[in-house]
Amino acid sequence: MKIMVTVKQVPDTSGKVAVNPDGTLDRASMQTIINPDDMNAVEAALALKDELGCKVIAFTMGPPPAEGMLRELMAMGVDEGVLITAREFGGSDTFATSQIIAAGIDTYGVEEDDIILAGRQAIDGDTAQVGPQIAEKLNLPQITYAGDIKKEGNTLTVKRMLEDGYMTVKVNTPCMITCIKELNNPRYLSVGGAFECYSKPLVTMTYETLKDHPLIDKSTIGLAGSPTNILTSFTPPQKGAGMMLDGDGKETTDKLAGILAGKHII
Amino acid sequence: MAFNSADTAAFKNVWVFCEQRQGVMMPTTFELISEGRKLADELGVELCGILLGDNVDGIANELGGYGADKVYVYNSPLLKDFTTDAYTKVIVEAVEEFKPEVLVFGASNIGRDLAPRCAARLHTGLCADCTHLDIDMPNYKGFLKEVSTLPEERIEKLGTVMINREPHSVERDLKMTRPAFGGHLMASIICPRFRPAMATVRPGVMKKREYDAAKAAAVEILHPAFELSAEDIKTEVVEVVKAAKKMVDLIGADFIVSVGRGISKDVEKGIALAEELAEVLGGVVGSSRACVDSGWISADHQVGQTGKTVHPKVYVALGISGAIQHKAGMQDSECIIAVNKNENAPIFEVADYGIVGDLFKVVPLLIESIKAAKEAK
Repeated sequence: MKIMVTVKQVPDTSGKVAVNPDGTLDRASMQTIINPDDMNAVEAALALKDELGCKVIAFTMGPPPAEGMLRELMAMGVDEGVLITAREFGGSDTFATSQIIAAGIDTYGVEEDDIILAGRQAIDGDTAQVGPQIAEKLNLPQITYAGDIKKEGNTLTVKRMLEDGYMTVKVNTPCMITCIKELNNPRYLSVGGAFECYSKPLVTMTYETLKDHPLIDKSTIGLAGSPTNILTSFTPPQKGAGMMLDGDGKETTDKLAGILAGKHII
Repeated sequence: MAFNSADTAAFKNVWVFCEQRQGVMMPTTFELISEGRKLADELGVELCGILLGDNVDGIANELGGYGADKVYVYNSPLLKDFTTDAYTKVIVEAVEEFKPEVLVFGASNIGRDLAPRCAARLHTGLCADCTHLDIDMPNYKGFLKEVSTLPEERIEKLGTVMINREPHSVERDLKMTRPAFGGHLMASIICPRFRPAMATVRPGVMKKREYDAAKAAAVEILHPAFELSAEDIKTEVVEVVKAAKKMVDLIGADFIVSVGRGISKDVEKGIALAEELAEVLGGVVGSSRACVDSGWISADHQVGQTGKTVHPKVYVALGISGAIQHKAGMQDSECIIAVNKNENAPIFEVADYGIVGDLFKVVPLLIESIKAAKEAK
């Protein structure tokens, strides 16, 4: 049994975000972090490892510096990292990305008792599409929005969160589960782990490694293989300045209530 | 004829996935049908709903009242509760049979599970969590002029783009606009080479049209043959549990009073004040992500990029600094009132009326003032 976790290095959109004059993101000026939901997926994998002693492998697609993120995850307890990186993979939308990552996972090998975990969505695009699409390409069942995962033999019982409650769903391995922040609290990396992380195996998969896989074709990967294209991008509108009321006393609140009543808002 | 998603000319009509849970239509479905009507009219085609469930004919007619011409209904005990496998199989096979050019889903926890799976199987493009949809180019350009800072001549030039070194006219493409990078950027996405063009649409964003009883009675209900067996479904739904507590209806509310980190001094009192103000206004209590993450209030109250998008008549932000993720969920409110101790809080950038002050002092006074103003009417 092994657990494969997909992770992504993303710009930290919670901090200051710089936008270029042409409406694209100024990535160079931004901090990168491990995508928050992916940390919950990693923690779920490591918790299962603590319980069952299985191997945990982190997969990521991205430019070579993403190795740093994989090393960080190794310091938390991940056993191996797989970095999928190639110029040919650049510009991929979610469809093309899932083709490539699925090919990488399949090349590594999916066995009967394996679990694949992913974060629900990444904060750069917020699409939540790559997890389900990897599952489809690997022909595996999926459960998304996991708020709790229990394993008994090869059966997983997952609390699948809905907006108005939850479903309890059972699934057999191998399967794909996407994780949300309510699932757990990610651990910190350990000092011992930080020493060990550079001696753990890191596999790099390039276009050469994957090009003979049936999912990999110039017409299904990269910008040319992406079904979607960006027509235009722009910064969202800023509302015009409103009225700042002077003071914070009863006169001020009376004035505001008067305006609202006068405009028939209340 | 074999299904080929690249044979774009073979596809016609706008389809909406009509999500129901326990036999009750999700409110977002009516928003999508209303928006779908606009798209179908712009394309000059029919608007069809696709409804899956167990014995759900009884809720199909209502879709006509919001603009659907036809509803394809698929009934089976195996479709009673949502499973990715069963729903994907039925929808994919229906798309292969009837070939719609546009297919939209609500971006609910179910729509966002199902739509990507369908798009991957159909080999087509999917745009997540859209907040604006267009077909018609003049309308789309008008939208860009209104909401973007793009130069007008650049907007006017839009029409033909290079796709894999071939010129392609976007006239009949679905223009799918969505926020990215936590709302810092907006992008319009197209799916030029494959059909159907697929989108999930953020709940609460599209406006529901007026219900037309005559159209509801006239809607055509169809029951195409389909195959589905228990072996097709690899997951087992053990139970479906509705939250015991009544969820707050942020999307339907005319007045929302939201709390932020500013209530940290006395969380209980802060929430009680917000509840009292909401009651006086006849509204409900919302919250920023910070309060939900701190465990002060349940997640169904959350407004913003990862919460709900709202556009009430009045949105009162109490002690909310106004991170872009929060603003993304409320900046289209008709009137925004902000109370914050920090005069430089970004929330004041979108506020119609701002008061710099301590919410624990200001809110009790505001409650009094509003009560008095209402009584005076």
